[in-house]
Amino acid sequence: MADNIFEVSDLRVDVADMTRKPLFGPAPRLEILKGISFTVPRGVVLGIVGGSGSGKTTLGRTMVRLAEPSGGRMLFDGHDIAHLSDAAMRPLRPRIQMIFQDPLSSLNPRLTVGRTVAAPLNARANDPRVGEALEHVGLPAEFAQRYPHELSGGQRQRVGIARAIAMRPEFILADEIVSGLDVSSQAQVLMLLEKLVAELGLTLAFISHDLSVIRRLCSRVIVLRSGEIVENAATADLFERPQHAYTRELLDAIPTPDPSIRW
Amino acid sequence: MLDGRGSIRRRSGARLWLSAVWLTLFVLAALLAPWISPHDPLAQDLMLGRLPPAWVAGAEPGYWLGTDSLGRDVLSRIIHGARIALVVALIAGTATCLLGSALGMVAGFYRGWADRLISRLVDIWMAFPPVLFAILLIAVLGTGLTSVILAIVIIDWTRFCRVVRAETLNQSKMDYVHSAKVAGFTRLRTLATEILPNVLPTIIALLTLEMGIAVIVEAILSFVNLSISTDQPTWGGMIAEGRTSIHQAWWVLVFPLVALFLTVLSFAQFGDGLRERFDPVLR
Repeated sequence: MADNIFEVSDLRVDVADMTRKPLFGPAPRLEILKGISFTVPRGVVLGIVGGSGSGKTTLGRTMVRLAEPSGGRMLFDGHDIAHLSDAAMRPLRPRIQMIFQDPLSSLNPRLTVGRTVAAPLNARANDPRVGEALEHVGLPAEFAQRYPHELSGGQRQRVGIARAIAMRPEFILADEIVSGLDVSSQAQVLMLLEKLVAELGLTLAFISHDLSVIRRLCSRVIVLRSGEIVENAATADLFERPQHAYTRELLDAIPTPDPSIRW
Repeated sequence: MLDGRGSIRRRSGARLWLSAVWLTLFVLAALLAPWISPHDPLAQDLMLGRLPPAWVAGAEPGYWLGTDSLGRDVLSRIIHGARIALVVALIAGTATCLLGSALGMVAGFYRGWADRLISRLVDIWMAFPPVLFAILLIAVLGTGLTSVILAIVIIDWTRFCRVVRAETLNQSKMDYVHSAKVAGFTRLRTLATEILPNVLPTIIALLTLEMGIAVIVEAILSFVNLSISTDQPTWGGMIAEGRTSIHQAWWVLVFPLVALFLTVLSFAQFGDGLRERFDPVLR
């Protein structure tokens, strides 16, 4: 087992730029990720931050191979998964899981929570592992009979987390998983993630545009801007001594409670 | 809790029950036709020609809905006509549904050349006027029940294909499909266990609608005398015969028409009612 669960080097992703497509001939390529290199050590919670359009979601989708990179290498536990076919990727899938941003659309509306959590395990909804996973995320086992639309936003996101951890993956990608939730649900989901990381020894990549969330959870942070890494540092260092102007800009954008204002 | 759902369910309940009652009558009439029809639907008696329905002056007891110009009992003929209508509705409706939905789901989910091929085929198919296409098909296949069913399937699969393809396309973009990929599902498994349950309500609503349409198409073909041989009573055939004597004996045309209308309406309402009742998302 390699010490780094992910080793990404010179990762490039580009898409056809249809807005500038000539009448005849192929559209020019638009680079989303411009040669990104970083590693994810085992047991680390890595934050990936950046503004809107910085390529953080594309990076995440590429890491779980929902998208194929156009260049570079991406080693997962020593296997280069950058260009694996769907079929070749399938045996590795249980080891790499993802929690989605929108819990409503990422849960099948016509399947009960139990079936949703059980399906990736190839188990029935009454499998003990389903109840166990639900318990891990703080939901009662009876929730297995519910449909997603019967749950609150925070509960749905817990189901999304339960589905990901039920597989006992080595790596989980969490893509903006709290940005759709209200502040109190956010805090609960973050607390839950902290607990799970400690209990299960997860390696997590946590994508967010919110640095205060990152500070809470992550041990290392990558700052992305327009498809390039501008800073890659330990969380404490990043918040104490931001090296790049863009990082300082992001840090300044965090709203801080000001004790001098009374209302 | 007080919300609008209670009243909606009550309304759909009435709709579901009314249509279910008519469809049950329809199915029972079809199954029990030889035992419950008061007369032989083919027995002619010129002395009893054009008898009005029971509540009109000049009616003969025992002929509840009157007789046609050859003295055949209209009620018995409607009951026997239900048999053909039921067979056509069930077999043609289901076969159309299976063929159209399967092609639609493949086109919408796999995209690529399969989608291009199927979609172009649908476009070409729909450019044909359907009734003329049916008549042409029957001319080639020959008359008979099998040809009628085959003609309906061959013409109407596009109705399913288009709608199911669009719905599948929509569902394929949802995150739960990506999530199935991350979970390591094969494409076929994703289609069968994740997308199908979400497209199924649409398919069921369309299926019941299609059963009604199948009954109508059969009636149209009977009307132009291209369906079943005339010694087997069909609603369409009765309407065609009634048309010639509409001024002397309106009941020969009107009663089969009412039966046809109620059946088609009930099929559509039944489908919608079922959907509202059993879809976990709407419930």
